[in-house]
Amino acid sequence: MSKARTSFARTGAVHFALIAYTLVALFPVFLTIANSFKSRNAIFREPLAIPTTESFSLIGYETVLKQGDFIGYFQNSVVVTVVSIALVLLFGAMAAFALSEYRFRGNTLMGLYLALGIMIPIRLGTVAILQGMVATNLVNTLTALILVYTAQGLPLAVFILSEFMRTVSDDLKNAGRVDGLSEYAIFFRLVLPLVRPAMATVAVFTMIPIWNDLWFPLILAPAETTKTVTLGSQIFIGQFVTNWNAVLSALSLAIFPVLVLYVIFSRQLIRGITAGAVK
Amino acid sequence: MKPRETTMEVGELKRPRRWHILVFLLPALAVYTAVMILPLIETLRQSFYNTVDGQYTFVGLGNFKVLFGDPRWAADFWNALRNNFVFFLIHMAVQNPIGIALAAMLSIPKLRFSAFYRTAIFLPTLLSFVIVGFIWKLILSPIWGVAPYLMDLVGMKWLFAPWLGRPDSALIAVSLISVWQYVGIPMMLIYAALLNIPDEVIEAAELDGVTGWSQFWKIKLPLILPAIGIVSILTFVGNFNAFDLIYTVQGALAGPDGSTDILGTLLYRTFFGFQLQLGDRSMGATIAAIMFLIILAGVSLYLFVIQRRMRRYQF
Repeated sequence: MSKARTSFARTGAVHFALIAYTLVALFPVFLTIANSFKSRNAIFREPLAIPTTESFSLIGYETVLKQGDFIGYFQNSVVVTVVSIALVLLFGAMAAFALSEYRFRGNTLMGLYLALGIMIPIRLGTVAILQGMVATNLVNTLTALILVYTAQGLPLAVFILSEFMRTVSDDLKNAGRVDGLSEYAIFFRLVLPLVRPAMATVAVFTMIPIWNDLWFPLILAPAETTKTVTLGSQIFIGQFVTNWNAVLSALSLAIFPVLVLYVIFSRQLIRGITAGAVK
Repeated sequence: MKPRETTMEVGELKRPRRWHILVFLLPALAVYTAVMILPLIETLRQSFYNTVDGQYTFVGLGNFKVLFGDPRWAADFWNALRNNFVFFLIHMAVQNPIGIALAAMLSIPKLRFSAFYRTAIFLPTLLSFVIVGFIWKLILSPIWGVAPYLMDLVGMKWLFAPWLGRPDSALIAVSLISVWQYVGIPMMLIYAALLNIPDEVIEAAELDGVTGWSQFWKIKLPLILPAIGIVSILTFVGNFNAFDLIYTVQGALAGPDGSTDILGTLLYRTFFGFQLQLGDRSMGATIAAIMFLIILAGVSLYLFVIQRRMRRYQF
């Protein structure tokens, strides 16, 4: 009896602690979104209240959509992120296949060379990256960002995907070879479909730092036509510091796509981080 | 005739020129080398060059001497380096224990709603620094008054101060914002490590009467040390490469009075220039080289000392 009671009390304490931390994690996000739908007076008078019919206002969103080219920033972010992920997945899977499938001289060395970039941040080469982009006239183009993010994402992609490709059965590939499939056909038609779950994990991992990056957009592509959402909201908010409605609405607009994607992909992402420990 | 033909064919098949390997490797290798490795090497090379009397010349370790000792540079540099270490130590002292505690609670078997807690607590990690920085700037702002209001509810209003605006507390405040954002990563990695401990080990411990706290300290903690090692090195690399959050919350000058300046913001100002200060490519490259050496030292220490000493538990 007493044992059952202590374990009940312990479970209660654990839930209390977890609920408390969940509140700490979610409260700032909730506060921002709730207040973005309120009038200026209501934001200051009752910051913690949820918007009511009385205090509801879209004035902040109107300002944001009128003043900043947020739709343009969004397009830039989507183009940069999607193209970079596609290139990372394609090039990364090809290299991972070469490293895991064939024995050739320098295989291990090549693997180590590509793995260097997992630990050494690409930012440290910014001085020369900017010079290179100036020399090739790529400053203020989305291409510059795509190139940098592709290089940034490749090391981890090659590492994760080659681990996965080692688990694809040799019999299957050899059966393909006997049937006269070329090595390219084996890769694209047999192996790629089998490593799709790993590709999804890599895609999510690659996406987050690209979408959220401020450093390279700030340095390589700060022009109005090439601003990403992260840089765009940074500059917009900097200009509208005193317009609280606009600031809160801009923040909510930036949070929204991440929130939607997270709700859809959270299972995939968490399984990826925990290397499948969470079913 | 026929058998000879076959042996020749087999011989050719054994050593064909396997161009496909090159084709598979080339795109990744080309982009990675051209955009990441070569610029990194070039940046390191430029840290040995500077413009002397209008001539771009090799100056050996001259740039480093200036950075460490010249009155125009040294104060800023040592300040940024010290702040960066404080930034890292606060992460290690706050982020990792909270992460471990959350993971330990989440891994209790048959805990209800654990998937919900997990998902919710990880959310801030996905938000960009810009969002996180501004949200906290608003919450901590005395103008809006959310933070003092909340502290009033628990009777601690007297403790409130505009932390981000004071030189003695700004660095701690910014570090804690970063901890708030990133606590999800140690939580997840350690959670996975805890789930990977085989049930037999736990059952054996319980048969021996080792339960609860002592089970965590004596059985589980030693088994998750490798995960804690990985978390620590990830934190180290991330912290010595940080920039975005401080730039968003405190601006490029990393105020107040440089109290939140770390190597990332110093690199940005030096290389790119800010307000009256002109950009300096050579000194920028020098700071990047220092950051490279610090990160390299940390990673090497982890790979060759810590990871080797840690006993590998095989199940």
